[in-house]
Amino acid sequence: MSKQGKMDCGRRRLIVATAAVGGAGAVVALVPFVSSLLPSERAKAAGAPVEVDISKLEPGQMMTVEWRGKPVWIINRTKPMLETLPKLADAVVDPKSEKTSQQPAYAQNDTRSIKPEIMVAVGICTHLGCSPSQKFKSGAEEGMGGDWLGGFLCPCHGSTFDFAGRVFKGKPAPTNLEVPPHFYMSDSRILIGEDKKGA
Amino acid sequence: MAAGNFEKYKSDGSLAGNALEWVDARFPATSLWKGHLSEYYAPKNFNFWYFFGSLALLVLVIQIVTGIFLVMHYKPDAALNANGVPVAFASVEYIMRDVPGGWLIRYMHSTGASAFFIVVYLHMFRGLLYGSYRKPRELTWLFGVGIFLCLMGEAFFGYLLPWGQMSFWGAQVIVNLFGAIPLIGNDLSLIIRGDFVVGDATLNRFFSFHVIAFPLVLLGLVAAHVLALHETGSNNPDGVEIKALKDEHGIPLDGIPFHPYYTVKDIVGVVVFLMAFSAVMFFAPEGGGYFLEYNNFFPADPLKTPPHIAPVWYFTPYYSVLRAMVWNFFGLEAKFWGVVGMGASVVIFAFLPWLDRSPVKSIRYRGPIYKTLLSLFVVCFVVLGYLGTQPPSPLYQLLSQICTVYYFAFFLAMPWWSRMDKFKPVPERVTK
Repeated sequence: MSKQGKMDCGRRRLIVATAAVGGAGAVVALVPFVSSLLPSERAKAAGAPVEVDISKLEPGQMMTVEWRGKPVWIINRTKPMLETLPKLADAVVDPKSEKTSQQPAYAQNDTRSIKPEIMVAVGICTHLGCSPSQKFKSGAEEGMGGDWLGGFLCPCHGSTFDFAGRVFKGKPAPTNLEVPPHFYMSDSRILIGEDKKGA
Repeated sequence: MAAGNFEKYKSDGSLAGNALEWVDARFPATSLWKGHLSEYYAPKNFNFWYFFGSLALLVLVIQIVTGIFLVMHYKPDAALNANGVPVAFASVEYIMRDVPGGWLIRYMHSTGASAFFIVVYLHMFRGLLYGSYRKPRELTWLFGVGIFLCLMGEAFFGYLLPWGQMSFWGAQVIVNLFGAIPLIGNDLSLIIRGDFVVGDATLNRFFSFHVIAFPLVLLGLVAAHVLALHETGSNNPDGVEIKALKDEHGIPLDGIPFHPYYTVKDIVGVVVFLMAFSAVMFFAPEGGGYFLEYNNFFPADPLKTPPHIAPVWYFTPYYSVLRAMVWNFFGLEAKFWGVVGMGASVVIFAFLPWLDRSPVKSIRYRGPIYKTLLSLFVVCFVVLGYLGTQPPSPLYQLLSQICTVYYFAFFLAMPWWSRMDKFKPVPERVTK
């Protein structure tokens, strides 16, 4: 014990050093626990590409397939649907798809697609991850405003998207819907989840 | 009055007396009993609002006991069974249909969840009425806010377990909220989900949090809440400190022992509460779609969001605040500010002890300003709660924005308006 009024500095240094080493050990002990919260190897390995046959998809129809646990939409857009896109250039946040994270380079065009009529998009709202619903009919018929030209409405927080998955201004979703990597294996078969080899 | 200052029990020579003396020499049995019950002096003027603390404790016990039995039959597994139904969803149906008494235990647990929030909201409102959070009870209040946060976590994790449509999409939205935090957001939601989408990994960890981690923390916080309260002594509807005036034995003049006076009084509260609780449980367990949402009777489908999703009623006020934020500020997305607003609307309660600068605690001696503003706050809270259950529309959005502004103004301007009121003189002793 130190004498009264005098501090034993050597002993105090030992206490500080012991506490520091113990504290560092406790922090390091967190590593296995935190890392166990990350996606497992099996979860990372999942997510093989999905092959889709679109030969039966009529114009104006949409189909949904599952890719990596998410809905992917394939929409066969009609001519009137495509004609709405240029009219909405001022109403949407990113008309020219300049945010490159939301689509591969081959879908960074006016229709956000490889073939103008076939739209492929991940059907997950970029706001908080709900899946928007179809509001394909223009006007107020499906509960939208009278100036509605057709597209999608997210039921959770009211974000709206046009037929190219472009988000309208003043809505909670920040960016356009994501276009996943995909390519045409033949005229009527799409592989979702991979870019074309060598492209 | 803290436990530990009581004399050890001296045996009267009987067998039971000897046994108690033996225990008391080795464990603070007498101290705990006297310090927290038979010689814990509570103000004699507790009214209706003072039932909700003990009722919250009762609901906690109901939730823990029913939870223990539910876990015996529930399976946290998102894989599809032979009938193409997720195992977790099917196991809840199994509890409801095939386990003897299972439906009742499950309804006790689901009704208990809503009852917990009703009781806790009323308990918190009591604090606002009588200034229970004011000095020297700030820590009691802070532990209480911790309990409230913990409870919200408990409710959120628990809601995923039935693996219905609302379970799935509710979790999807809330986990994605964390993704809105700049820089770390996406990694954070990945760590919470444990997968790139809400899935089996998410279900299993939420189960673990719901049945182990959060209940442990909750019990610790409840103990701290009660210990801190018993250190300072309870507040009362007059907001006077009963410890200021004591008799020759050091007992507050306006205090009565918690046991038997309030233990017996609380039994009345318990009986009335259990009548209401049973009525809901037996005759309206779904609570009109507010306690158990109808969309949750469909198994989770990751490809299709139900046309209208809303959180359970006790989360809707904060959810409305989230939806009210639609502007980008300082180069950060509206989504981020929504999350900030939602978090702040809950956490802001923690700052009440320091925001309130009025010279009196109780609403009985506060003036028209507090009465008006507090009533308006309650109205806003209820309106926000209602709007959160409704689909978005421009009118409702505007209304929720107005209520959100008032909600925060109520708290943030409190240091000024709480001083301006017309106060009545506070009596020395409690009234009635």
